Amino acid sequence: MTGIFKNRLFWPVVSLLTLVVVNTIARPQFIEITMRDGRLYGALIDILRNSAPLMLVALGMTIVIATRGIDLSVGAVMAVSGAVALTIIDGSGNPGSLGTVAVAVVVAVLVALVLGVWNGFLVAVLKIQPIIATLVLMLAGRGVALLITGGFITTVNSDPFSFIASGYVLLLPVAFFISVAAIAVMSLVERRTALGVLTEAVGINPEASRLAGVRSRGIIWSAYIVSGTLAGVAGIIYASNIKAADANAAGLFIELYAILAVVLGGTSLSGGKFSLAGTVIGVLIIQTLDSTILFLGVPSAQSPVFFAIVVVVVVVVQSSRVRGALSRASASLTRAKTDTDDREKAEVAR
Amino acid sequence: MKKRFLSTLALAGVAAFALAACSSSGDTESSDGAAPADGGGDMITVGFAQTGSESGWRSANTESMKTAFSEDNGFDLVFNAADNDPAAQIQAVRSFINQGVDAIVIAPIVEDGWDDVLQEASDAGIPVILEDRTVSASDDLYASWVGLDFQLEGQKAGEWAAETFTEPTNMVVLEGTTGSAPANDRATGFDMAIEGTPIEKIDSQTGDFTRDGGKTVMESFLQKYGADEIDLVYAHNDDMALGAIEAIEAAGAVPGEDIMIVSIDAVHDGMQALADGKINYIVECNPLLGDKAAELVKAVLAGDSVEKRTIVEDQAFDQEAAIEALPNRSY
Repeated sequence: MTGIFKNRLFWPVVSLLTLVVVNTIARPQFIEITMRDGRLYGALIDILRNSAPLMLVALGMTIVIATRGIDLSVGAVMAVSGAVALTIIDGSGNPGSLGTVAVAVVVAVLVALVLGVWNGFLVAVLKIQPIIATLVLMLAGRGVALLITGGFITTVNSDPFSFIASGYVLLLPVAFFISVAAIAVMSLVERRTALGVLTEAVGINPEASRLAGVRSRGIIWSAYIVSGTLAGVAGIIYASNIKAADANAAGLFIELYAILAVVLGGTSLSGGKFSLAGTVIGVLIIQTLDSTILFLGVPSAQSPVFFAIVVVVVVVVQSSRVRGALSRASASLTRAKTDTDDREKAEVAR
Repeated sequence: MKKRFLSTLALAGVAAFALAACSSSGDTESSDGAAPADGGGDMITVGFAQTGSESGWRSANTESMKTAFSEDNGFDLVFNAADNDPAAQIQAVRSFINQGVDAIVIAPIVEDGWDDVLQEASDAGIPVILEDRTVSASDDLYASWVGLDFQLEGQKAGEWAAETFTEPTNMVVLEGTTGSAPANDRATGFDMAIEGTPIEKIDSQTGDFTRDGGKTVMESFLQKYGADEIDLVYAHNDDMALGAIEAIEAAGAVPGEDIMIVSIDAVHDGMQALADGKINYIVECNPLLGDKAAELVKAVLAGDSVEKRTIVEDQAFDQEAAIEALPNRSY
């Protein structure tokens, strides 16, 4: 029993389940999943589908944070990748063909990868502070995306492209399978090879790990490449979801939500040990919280406050120091109680 | 495309210059490919301080201003986009004053903080025309304002809804960015128009004026109430309506028939959806304020008296009107 409590995923999972229960009590149809047109339909399915972009970005962010870094440019990279993909599809003669869409997606993800290489170069080679290095692209990237789309929202009608975010395979949304695939690949690469341990070593002490023979430069660099590439895929899903490249709104503030998801999942911002499973739970908490606001009908003006309060509560509940203090307090209460009990017993005996 | 690329470059250059201008005010600013402001010939030199390029609406507005203040029309336009930074915008207006332009047009980013710089312009004898948004400063400090009435837009949308729905109707609202003037005024106007009608607002949430926001919020509404319980969607702009269409289609209902949609803006994609029958009614929010602004500048410089407030009338479109209007739309 104590084993379960000690598990660092215990409190994140409890927070997530609490949110689901609150929603279900408020509106029982929250938990309902029905069959419609040969696919599953329900609020929970929507959460899984809509969480895909944040999931990809947060997975990349986890690795970057594990190396003591941070990647603020993910939202801008999403905007660029969506803009590139949509401009290619829009410019081609045949937007509905699978080939066009495949080319567009591959080029967009490659562009995102290059942006990741740039970030990694600034951080790993030029040793620029990650927050500043990625801030450059965070500010410039959206401008580049606007330049690509010419300041307008590029819209396309392409069935293969909208299939990425809105399509269904085996009853479930395609976007959900993309995030599952990303989770699986990341876990395999990080946990079934030494890479995860090396990443943690670099995060805990870059200098010591370098002296121990770990190629910290390559590991840090690759973390930013992974983050950029995943953000690129997230940008594709975002654009596919609305069939448009919205350079102003795509991925706006997603870097902050991704960092929040990583922290909710129990990974420390000071680098080192990380938990991909924790990040997955963190993303689901944020997405469910978004739905909660809509399901409870919290007025728009108050919703940021509501969001903030819930996040503070979740973070405080997870804080080991707060829980330590609470258990100490309860322990001393019991001790005080036993003391008085003993005294009473002693008096009775006398 | 190439022209747009160049103008964006020039724009970026001006923005960069505006940042550098703190240390070197008094220099002439690079203008949009035109000669520096020297008031040569009969050309009227006009400085235009735009907010930035945050939306499709804004891009269309900038294009309209550039066309209206073109050399062919006898203007020499000095253009500045401040990237939504109020300080940079005030700096740009100061540099217009230092250059000695003939008139200044401002699309103010914020309402407050304009008193000093408008006083400086007035002392220098340069008339100021405000475009789109307005300022809290005394109206003696500027010559005129040209813009739109958001509340009237909401009211027009509401009047259509009130006429169309005579039986009990459940409506959901996709609000614009919380606290923004268009969101507030469009809500007020609409609510006034549907007062006393059988239309009931069952829910209202912000979709932040974006397609993604509109889609996500609409998905939740559909989960919460079911597609059968919602009859009407009122979206504060077209982008959110377009997002809502996606959500309604994904839920297996037909937008425009099972669930009717009314929105505001009339951008190209919105008009296309209206023509396709997926939206039922759109009230225009006209970004083409350039001609009116150019007219005002000429009148003010000629010494004619002008109205303090000019509201550009917004049109409204139903599906037939959209099919007719679509080929001739410039934005």
